[in-house]
Amino acid sequence: MNETTSISTKEVDTPTTEHHAHPTGISRWLYTTNHKDIGSLYLIFSFVMLFIGGGMAFMIRAELFQPGLQFIEPEFFNQMTTMHGLIMVFGVVMPAFVGLANWMVPLMIGAPDMALPRMNNWSFWIMPFAFSILLSTLFMEGGGPNFGWTFYAPLSTTYAPPSTTFFIFGVHLMGLSSIMGAINIITTILNMRAPGMTLMKMPMFVWTWLITAFLLIAVMPVLAGAVTMMLMDIHFGTSFFNAAGGGDPVLFQHIFWFFGHPEVYIMILPAFGVVSQIIPAFARKPLFGYKSMVYATASIAILSFIVWAHHMFTVGLPAVAELFFMYSTMLIAIPTGVKVFNWVSTMFRGSMTFEAPMLFSVAFVVLFTIGGLSGLMLSIAPADFQYHDTYFVVAHFHYVLVPGAIFGIMAAVYYWMPKWSGFMYNEPLAKLHFWLSFIGLNLTFFPMHFLGLAGMPRRIPDYALQFADFNMITSVGAFLFGTTQLLFLYIVIQCARGKGEPAPQRPWEGAEGLEWSIPSPAPLHTFDTPPKVD
Amino acid sequence: MLPSALSHCLRFLVSIFALFLSFPTMAAWELNMPKGVTPISETVYDLHMIIFYICVVIAVIVFGVMLWSIFYHRKSRGYKPANFHESTLVEVIWTVIPLIILIVMAIPATEGVFAMYNYDDSEVDIKVTGYQWKWRYEYINDDIDFFSTLTTTTEEIHNQQTKNKNYLLEVDNPIVVPIGKKIRFLLTSNDVIHSWWVPELAVKKDAIPGFINESWTLVKEPGIYRGQCAELCGKDHGFMPIVVEAVEQEQYDLWIQQKQEETALRLAQAAKEAAQTWDMDRLMASGKPLYEKNCLACHQANGEGLPPVFPALKNSPVIKGPISEHIQIILHGRSGTAMAAYAPQLSDSEVAALVTYERNAWGQNSNETVQPSDVTKLR
Ligand code: HEC
Ligand code: HEM
Ligand SMILES: [Cu+2]
Ligand SMILES: [Cu+2]
Repeated sequence: MNETTSISTKEVDTPTTEHHAHPTGISRWLYTTNHKDIGSLYLIFSFVMLFIGGGMAFMIRAELFQPGLQFIEPEFFNQMTTMHGLIMVFGVVMPAFVGLANWMVPLMIGAPDMALPRMNNWSFWIMPFAFSILLSTLFMEGGGPNFGWTFYAPLSTTYAPPSTTFFIFGVHLMGLSSIMGAINIITTILNMRAPGMTLMKMPMFVWTWLITAFLLIAVMPVLAGAVTMMLMDIHFGTSFFNAAGGGDPVLFQHIFWFFGHPEVYIMILPAFGVVSQIIPAFARKPLFGYKSMVYATASIAILSFIVWAHHMFTVGLPAVAELFFMYSTMLIAIPTGVKVFNWVSTMFRGSMTFEAPMLFSVAFVVLFTIGGLSGLMLSIAPADFQYHDTYFVVAHFHYVLVPGAIFGIMAAVYYWMPKWSGFMYNEPLAKLHFWLSFIGLNLTFFPMHFLGLAGMPRRIPDYALQFADFNMITSVGAFLFGTTQLLFLYIVIQCARGKGEPAPQRPWEGAEGLEWSIPSPAPLHTFDTPPKVD
Repeated sequence: MLPSALSHCLRFLVSIFALFLSFPTMAAWELNMPKGVTPISETVYDLHMIIFYICVVIAVIVFGVMLWSIFYHRKSRGYKPANFHESTLVEVIWTVIPLIILIVMAIPATEGVFAMYNYDDSEVDIKVTGYQWKWRYEYINDDIDFFSTLTTTTEEIHNQQTKNKNYLLEVDNPIVVPIGKKIRFLLTSNDVIHSWWVPELAVKKDAIPGFINESWTLVKEPGIYRGQCAELCGKDHGFMPIVVEAVEQEQYDLWIQQKQEETALRLAQAAKEAAQTWDMDRLMASGKPLYEKNCLACHQANGEGLPPVFPALKNSPVIKGPISEHIQIILHGRSGTAMAAYAPQLSDSEVAALVTYERNAWGQNSNETVQPSDVTKLR
């Protein structure tokens, strides 16, 4: 008792020391309201899910290594593709970015914590439950969801396995978590910036997250609406998506993609932010066109609401709709291009070094651009009739998501890990991790372009003989990429356990921002007195 | 321990290398979209190539500048960083130039869309219906109606037989179309969404329950063109191919005539068979292959199904219950489930054989026989 009082009296004169009694062990993590702890929880969760979702990809690629059915039956194959997609999108990319936001947004804007710390705790702790429910469906009678991560009705309603109800509940929980996370991030950014940090002085990562959070709030309820309508169709006799009852299966796709297209930007904008922090740091030169980066991000976000039907060119839209969505999609390539040009100009005439964060960021720019360019090809509606639902699309979205979102996350982890743990990671191993990932991923996803163009549909467990060779290469690449991530795990664990050089306050010569003005590792409480930004 | 692991690794690498060497002798290394054999497929191909080259040019410029900086503007070369971070002029230029490129690109693309959407003046109309997991084709003006299913054997799929050249891309009844004629497809589905896709015709259109979509083609060269369902439609989505045979007009007329005669013959045969009384052996003998062709995908060879979605038939209430109900289910299906109505596909004697088979197979031996005439009454 005396202890606590003495601490709280001390607190008055030295505000940077700890305020509360800190529980230890599991309750530290269960009850934590600290943005750094919650950030770590999110990142660890995402890492675990990466291996689960990756394991599923492993099974898919093993089955597709050769023509014929070898390891798994089509029914289970469909469950694997569905779960892989759902886990990678909702369980890996999104939580990882929320984790990064939790850790870094307060540090970058000079805030002591997130604005709503208790809600923060809740939004994290929902996730393990949501995903336990989702994963448990695999063990239910009739198997788990098997209708693709896009769960088109009526395959996901009238024709779905009984476990779909649990899937719907899981999606609701994830949505709840995302919305709460987004509210928290917006509130924090709008209200808790250090004096002097105007909006146009915010680091790009903060900007991109602010915009992402608005996207999340706008579209997660739409997803919730879609799954609720499914629930009604399945259990309460409505016919939203059931043609026999006067419903409309295409309506489902409109609703899904009204959520889905902004969702793909939710998965990439924070990565844009990350590389916009890292490239200037390692080029030792300020970010080129900060303002246009902000405007480009905002216009991408706005445009992302009016392009959704480019995923539906073949459903039989009227010609005018086809044209509208073709033009709007082509348009979205322009702000995306601006971002790429800005990153390249930042590198141009810089003084670059290539530590792991920079390697991942440079690869991000190159490979994301390849994905963006194939996106431009997909936007040409008549051509999309050939590309749609083939491996060409699979190649496109993996180029934007793996070297895009995932490399963005890896770059961020290497860049900020010294700040989190207080130790440097093992640089040579990290470089090896980069190169193996880089080779593996290109080996995996580049041949998919050829497969798609030659006519291989997506989501099939077995294929015609002319697709055999490229599929084999793709599978070999996938195994390489997958196993390489064990190396990543090793590097991260070593760094977290303090096996490495102690990290200085600012380990990167060119890095700028408030996060480098605090010691490494960052103490549990930072910026109790707001810093002054000029 | 280590040396043996190493030699394993080596052997693996060598075999991969050998694999690469054997490339030219193996199946086609198709890299690009087929140019196809229809005016639309050529338009699409041209659009694809234009946008592809635009992308290549953009990529070369962007990556060129990047590589240049990566090689020359590095600290290890002692390069001192510049400090510029803005240039309105440059930023306007690289917004406007892509915009112009895209506007130019939009013109042929728009024309392409309109060409694809012009369904007028077709000479042959074919209604295409997707079923889990086969296609039904109805030649609307010629009273032809048939189903088209995969013929690749389960042994081939499970690697117990060598795979033939058209593995997974072969069907029992291909659709036949005349060359040089505009053919209109009307697409719909009986259950979930499917998508009818033949790359060389550049026709891909979703078949959606409750809706009728349109698409068209005009095949310029005779040949056999193969495609697949492109929209995930459940378990056997990968196993419902499409085969289109494009032939000269005379041959087409002949085929139509043949098909019509076949249908007439089949009907006459069915009527004859329906009038007969069948004994158990005959019913069981024809029931088994019919079951394997039509029902096995869902109810499985052992009759145990894949519950709860695809129920077991063996000892199920319906199989143990009244025969008339059993027949009804097969004829009319159960709406809102994957159990389709088989009345359009199966003759009375076939249904009778199936019902008998399902009631006696898998050790159930109920000794009940069903006669075609029982089915006729319920049709
Ligand atoms: C595409 C999958 C599929 C195919 C192919 C299929 N069925 Fe079914 N069948 C079902 C489903 C699903 C049900 C359950 C319907 C329900 O929920 O009432 C069913 C139910 C039945 C029942 C009733 C079983 C019961 O106890 O309720 C019978 C009998 C039956 N099918 C016979 C057949 C026959 C004969 C064939 C082949 C000509 C066949 N089915 C082909 C999916 C299929
Ligand atoms: C230049 C920007 C982009 C353009 C023009 C573009 C265009 C398209 C188009 C037209 C499709 C539909 C293809 C089809 O199914 O026929 C598509 C699919 C997809 N895109 Fe993009 N895209 C862009 C960037 C991105 C980004 C940044 C992401 C995510 C990080 C992304 C993720 C996806 C995904 C996941 C799909 C497939 C969804 C599915 O069917 O499962 N795209 N894109
Ligand atoms: Cu999209
Ligand atoms: Cu299909």
